[in-house]
Amino acid sequence: MSPRARTLADVVVVLALAAYAIPFFWQLLTSFKPEAELLRVPPLLPSRLTLSHYTAVLTQSVMPRALVNSFGIATLTTLMSLLAGVPAAYAVARLPLPGKRFLLLAIVASTAFPQIATVSPLYLLMRTLELRDTWTGLVLVHASFALPLTIWLLAGFVREIPIEAEEAASVDGAGPVAMFRWVIVPLLAPGLASTALLTFLFSWNEFLFAYTFTVSEASRTIPVALALFPGVFEVPWGDIAAASMLASLPPVVIVIALQRFLVRGLVAGAVKE
Amino acid sequence: MTGREAADRRRGLVYIAPTVLALGVLTVYPGIWVLWLSLQRRIPIFDVSRFAGFENYAFLAGDARFWSAGKTTAVFTLGSVALEVALGVAVAVAINTQRRGRRLALSLLLLAWAMPAVVAAKLFEWLYHPSAGLVNVLLGRHSINWLGDPVVALPAVIFADVWRTMPFVAVLCYARLLAIPADVYEAAQVDGAGRFATLTRITLPLLGRILLLATLFRTLDALRAFDIMFVLTGGGPAGTTETLTVYAYRALFQTLQLGFGSAVSVVVFVLVMAVAWAYLRLLRAGAVTA
Repeated sequence: MSPRARTLADVVVVLALAAYAIPFFWQLLTSFKPEAELLRVPPLLPSRLTLSHYTAVLTQSVMPRALVNSFGIATLTTLMSLLAGVPAAYAVARLPLPGKRFLLLAIVASTAFPQIATVSPLYLLMRTLELRDTWTGLVLVHASFALPLTIWLLAGFVREIPIEAEEAASVDGAGPVAMFRWVIVPLLAPGLASTALLTFLFSWNEFLFAYTFTVSEASRTIPVALALFPGVFEVPWGDIAAASMLASLPPVVIVIALQRFLVRGLVAGAVKE
Repeated sequence: MTGREAADRRRGLVYIAPTVLALGVLTVYPGIWVLWLSLQRRIPIFDVSRFAGFENYAFLAGDARFWSAGKTTAVFTLGSVALEVALGVAVAVAINTQRRGRRLALSLLLLAWAMPAVVAAKLFEWLYHPSAGLVNVLLGRHSINWLGDPVVALPAVIFADVWRTMPFVAVLCYARLLAIPADVYEAAQVDGAGRFATLTRITLPLLGRILLLATLFRTLDALRAFDIMFVLTGGGPAGTTETLTVYAYRALFQTLQLGFGSAVSVVVFVLVMAVAWAYLRLLRAGAVTA
């Protein structure tokens, strides 16, 4: 590559880094800035740093409760969709099914489903079943919405398992449960991790359903609590920044510690057919 | 049919049953119900509930706000997808040339994509603040009201969306570039291909299929986008950032017109499915290989 092309590439990378690092840093800085200095810029840097916004968010807002709700709902959603998704993906990948082509088409089509299309009937359904403002309601809706992508991803990962491993276990007399427990799940582990991460992130980040089906802090998730963050006279930018940092914790951990699985899932979701 | 085959078939049905049940009750059934709702006039607060046939759709045909929302959806989708794809490819190619800092760059990009859209919206609301926002400060103490001025509000929302979702395109392209063997480029160099020729004849064609897929996913997401404009502007100022999805939502849950709102959501539904179908045909046709 010529020196000029290399310089151009360097410039693009530096600009991209700045475009992402600066907003992240600005929000982080805002979360530590004294209240009085928030609206007084320049100077860009504060005279001192304070934890007061974090204290306010953790002791006087619904955020702690919302964190618990989000964590519980996202975890249960992930478990539910894997519990239903693993056997279904196995059936799609390995077993004869009546109407398989149609089933596959339905799965692909429902990954394109816009949430707004079903939000009004689901709202009525939630009301009838008295599931509004409960974890159960949101977990059911999130899990069923995540299920098509879960099956799609997992079916791809199942196909990568060598069939010989299953045949050997079958010859040794392993029943279906033992087969899942000792052969399929262990061989599927990295794929399960990728799929679980994407499902967890979907549920953690989801806003439209969570906003519509929750009423109080009994079930409000982090994005909803953040969108509805109350201000008395002024918008509490420092508190919002601190709450944003808390809301970003699981995504940060996933991106830094589990990046390999995240990228694998992302690529598999787009490329598998 | 042998005993083994019959057993496999039974096993398959058992394995798929929970999924069919869940999707049946929570996706397919609501999907049919919304069509039925869209044919009704239902305003619970006034206790109105009657069959209305195609009245809601007939009203939409002459509804200026609906057509304006349709136009906003089109501008938002075309604008954000075009920018995301162009910038995503550029960033992926540029990162691929670096020896160091790849992981840092990838982490920053992935973080923007992985955090809740509401967090990104709040971040941009603060960056766009008329007096204390970083954007205005960096532009030299202007006091542009990014989210309150009808002329710049939609571009500002598009920019926030591009920031949040360009990483998806970049990461997919970058992963594809990593899979291209180095000897392809060496061979091109031996044949005397310049860097422009290398980019247009080798890199972009090899990215073709993944780019088409990334564009498909991004287009579908942009058409049904909700969080970012709902939190940033709520559809304002003066309705300039109100997309079809936001219009449907406000009709359903702010003015509580369940029938009419459902008709608008059916339009979004049909639009998304039509676009998905068109792209899939394009992929099937093998217009793009590799």
